[in-house]
Amino acid sequence: MLSSRTPKLAGLMAIAGLLAISTAHAGPVLDKIKKNGQVVCGVNTGLAGFSQADSAGNWSGLDVDVCKALAAAVLGDANKVKWVPLNAQQRFAALQSGEIDVLSRNTTFTLTRDASLGLHMTAVTYYDGQGFMVPVKSKIKDAKQLKGQTVCVQSGTTTEKNLTDFSKANNLGIKPVVFEKVEAATGAYFAGRCVAYTTDASGLASVRNKEAKNPDEHVILPQLISKEPLGPMVRRGDDEWFAIVKWVIYGLVEAEEYGITQENVDQMKSSQDPVVQRILGVSEDTGKLLGLDRDWMGRAIKAVGNYGEIFERNVGPKSPLKLPRGANNLWNKGGLMYAPPVR
Amino acid sequence: MSEVTTFQFKPARPAPVRSEGLVPWLRANLFGSWQSSLTTIVVGALLAIYLPKFLNWVFFAATLTTNPDECRAPGVGACWGVIKEKYRLIIFGRYPFEEQWRPLVATALMLTMLVVSCIRWFWSRWLAAAWVVALAVFFILMYGSLFGRLDVFGLTRVTTDRWGGLPLTIMLSTLSIMAAFPLSVVVALGRRSHLPAIRTICTLYVELIRGVPLISVLFMASFMFPLFMPQGVTIDTLLRVLVGITLFAAAYMAEVVRGGLQALPKGQTEAAQSLGLSYWQTQRKIILPQALATVVPGIMNNFISIFKDTSLVAIVSLYELTGTLGLALNSDADWRPYKLEGYLFITAIYFVFCFAMSRYSLWIEKQVNKSRLR
Amino acid sequence: MAESVRQPPKKRDWSWRSQAFRGLVYQALALAAVIAIGWWLASNTAANMQARGIKSGFDFLLQPAGFDIGEPLFGYDSSHPYWQAFAVGVGNTLRVAILGIVLATLVGTLLGVGRFSRNALVRGFCYGYVELFRNVPVLVQLLMWYLLVTELLPDSTEPWQIGNVFLSKGGLTYPGPVWSAGFGWVVAGLALGALGVWFYRRWARAQFDATGRERSLFWVPLGIVIAGGVLGWFAGGMPNEWKIPVKGEFAVEGGSALTPEFLAVLLGLVLYTAAFIAEVVRAGIQSVPRGQSEAAQALGLSRSQEMRQVLLPQALRVIIPPMTNQYLNLTKNSSLAVAIGYPDVVSISNTALNQTGRAVECIAIIMAVYLTTSLATSLFMNWYNARAAIKER
Repeated sequence: MLSSRTPKLAGLMAIAGLLAISTAHAGPVLDKIKKNGQVVCGVNTGLAGFSQADSAGNWSGLDVDVCKALAAAVLGDANKVKWVPLNAQQRFAALQSGEIDVLSRNTTFTLTRDASLGLHMTAVTYYDGQGFMVPVKSKIKDAKQLKGQTVCVQSGTTTEKNLTDFSKANNLGIKPVVFEKVEAATGAYFAGRCVAYTTDASGLASVRNKEAKNPDEHVILPQLISKEPLGPMVRRGDDEWFAIVKWVIYGLVEAEEYGITQENVDQMKSSQDPVVQRILGVSEDTGKLLGLDRDWMGRAIKAVGNYGEIFERNVGPKSPLKLPRGANNLWNKGGLMYAPPVR
Repeated sequence: MSEVTTFQFKPARPAPVRSEGLVPWLRANLFGSWQSSLTTIVVGALLAIYLPKFLNWVFFAATLTTNPDECRAPGVGACWGVIKEKYRLIIFGRYPFEEQWRPLVATALMLTMLVVSCIRWFWSRWLAAAWVVALAVFFILMYGSLFGRLDVFGLTRVTTDRWGGLPLTIMLSTLSIMAAFPLSVVVALGRRSHLPAIRTICTLYVELIRGVPLISVLFMASFMFPLFMPQGVTIDTLLRVLVGITLFAAAYMAEVVRGGLQALPKGQTEAAQSLGLSYWQTQRKIILPQALATVVPGIMNNFISIFKDTSLVAIVSLYELTGTLGLALNSDADWRPYKLEGYLFITAIYFVFCFAMSRYSLWIEKQVNKSRLR
Repeated sequence: MAESVRQPPKKRDWSWRSQAFRGLVYQALALAAVIAIGWWLASNTAANMQARGIKSGFDFLLQPAGFDIGEPLFGYDSSHPYWQAFAVGVGNTLRVAILGIVLATLVGTLLGVGRFSRNALVRGFCYGYVELFRNVPVLVQLLMWYLLVTELLPDSTEPWQIGNVFLSKGGLTYPGPVWSAGFGWVVAGLALGALGVWFYRRWARAQFDATGRERSLFWVPLGIVIAGGVLGWFAGGMPNEWKIPVKGEFAVEGGSALTPEFLAVLLGLVLYTAAFIAEVVRAGIQSVPRGQSEAAQALGLSRSQEMRQVLLPQALRVIIPPMTNQYLNLTKNSSLAVAIGYPDVVSISNTALNQTGRAVECIAIIMAVYLTTSLATSLFMNWYNARAAIKER
């Protein structure tokens, strides 16, 4: 073991080379993506409906579909994505360091994050709010009944602060039990360590349906204690890439508003509606302004469908999560989804 | 007046109490005194009550069914079905399912190399060459290509974020110890150097690292390394963690090596100097061969603690054995109640490895002492 | 015999052949390399931070933290500044570390001495314990204890109850005294008792040297300290206000509580470290020559006297340095508490890191805290080691 020092060093260097110290192309993110032929997308390590991998390593979910749409728009192939699963603590460092190109990981937009982390928020893909889940047998009906109780929560999220604010505003003296990993937090809740578990309502639905032995034994309290606009983030310093991510999301929402779906996108290219023509690049080359080609939006819709389809497929009433459209409906249907016009 | 004294035999002394056999052993070891007897009775009673219950839970009432509902039946003990159902995920993590023969072969190769390296008969230059080949094969198998560019043998590429489980545990500990070893020798020599600046640097490094927990070094590797690098350069998480563990292990190992250096009589250095050997010649030909032979057991112990410490990378989201257990059981509502069985399973794996290594360390310590007595 | 003494070659200070000069060059090179690496890292970090608009600096320590902590040692509230949140974390770390060190020393010493028992069952148990516990990662043990605590204990709605002490998934709840001025007197009384013990010990030593009669060095001092405490209690006006826990609707309320996280961390650290301490103690006792033990037996000392008065004091010199290492390890391992939700300094820093994004500063704080603790422990143990070393005439 001792005599074999030098050759092992050589081996190590080979390994170092192998583990890819990839020097990225200096300059805009788009150049790098085109050169490497892949979008590097940071996602949640596992949150049913938003981003989860099956046993074969195929990712699916709402956040995942956003990245697929990006890859389709930029590279023409929705599968040219490198997935980097991140936990709550790692996510910003990964984006700041350039390890990932876009962070699509149910991340809340807040002033502090926008102003002090060196990141840009693109567009909201899911309007959420923080809620509580409690066992049915506890007979708790209102979050204010949690006075002096323990609540399990994951660290590194806005959740922790919201819980404190809520507890303070209502003088509840809630005792948080803070866990490093989401599995540990939910595990402790299901083991009965805490009276309640708190996170974004969508996350609660995901945990309740996927992880509870019997979902009917747990109830999500109707009261939401915060606003949680979730959406992808990009690094500061590359406005072109920022614009691309933003407009791909707006495009998906616009597509729903004007009835362009995964199925009819090819027929719609011959539509007479000037708005549809613009979105699909038939009449105007909107892609060129973003540094993309004409068909950027058509490919994205073809790959994952419009925003409504993405929602239905992953988290909507027909999915296991059964989340109502609610605030995430289009603006003209009573929701908040309002995309600036693609023109 | 003469008295006739006849020689009288003294009565024979009673035969010594038999000190061998079962009964005397029992008397000496279990009922030597009243305190000892009392202890034996109390411990024996506790064993009589709890051991059957425990054995019952582990073996007799345990079930191997892969249907979680059957585990819930009353009177059922340990539900080992959870291992049967999930062992692939626990041992190989998120490595693609159909490709899992690759980490299996790679790990078997690595383990064989480790065992072979422990046998004296194989210690030669060829072993070093074999390690280089073995490591290369290990990475080709795991990653699917060499240097990230050429694809060989038509293997699909599996990126490092999907590596996990036992292969990752073994790889992290082996590689970091190998990389830490040369560094630790240099640092140990530096700490004993007569040049104040070099001594200070090495002492600072060792004491700083030994003063902080590994978890903070790992946090640094995962949060701060990206900031340390020039813009645009990104380093694989696995490599970052590997560097972190290596720096950590090197500091501890440097202390072991320094102990070996200090144990050498000063006369050795003086003799070498009087022969006109330079500093490096002295170290390479006289000091290190003697010192390193004595520190092998210490290094073995370092290896054991690093092997155990790799479990910490679960906290920074690399899925080695401890992490994959959480991955396998935390999000599966059916099997989550049987996490204890899962923990016992990985406990057994860790125990087998660490216990074997500690026995080997004891054996080699005896060998070293033998050579010193000669 | 006039042999001409050969003059040593003239020492030339600026030649490559001069050892001193080479030494200087090596040192300069090493320093330059370290400074260059440090500067490179720092400038990269600065450039990265500036390019990405990341704020830096320790000024955030004065801003309100805005998050609650599950088990604060003192009155902490989310409106208090960050540095107080860190202080709570440090307090929690020290609490578990100090208690852990005391308990692990007790358990470990018992186990180590048990390896020399004349009873085979005890020997076997101690051997099995040590091998089992030190060969399994401490993180796995912590997670397993936490699992056992949260799985096996009853729900907090139906806790196990002995008198006013409750044990449930909510933790161990027990009646705690309501702090009042009277307890100051109790503390003063205890301190007085401790002072009394010091005098008693001196007296007992002198008696032993003069007459050879052995005085109890455990029960009598314990009595003195308790008597001091009781006296203080009387002097303080016999405060007897207690926070009595009661079964609430969802959990046990009131009283003082030890959370399951704390219990699991403490249990895990103590049992793991005890295995190592047992080995340290065993090696120490083995290092005492066999003749010492035989001599003690020849003098007619009992087995426990032999252990306490002949073997352990001599073994102590061998034991202390590695014992220091174990104490440091326990303190550092307490950082794993973050994995099971105990709010120690790592957990608090982690939260702060995520709220403020100041990675460098928060990790620097963690490291500084542990370095200081390690240094303080080393200093104390070195002082104690110097005291225990052989007093050579």
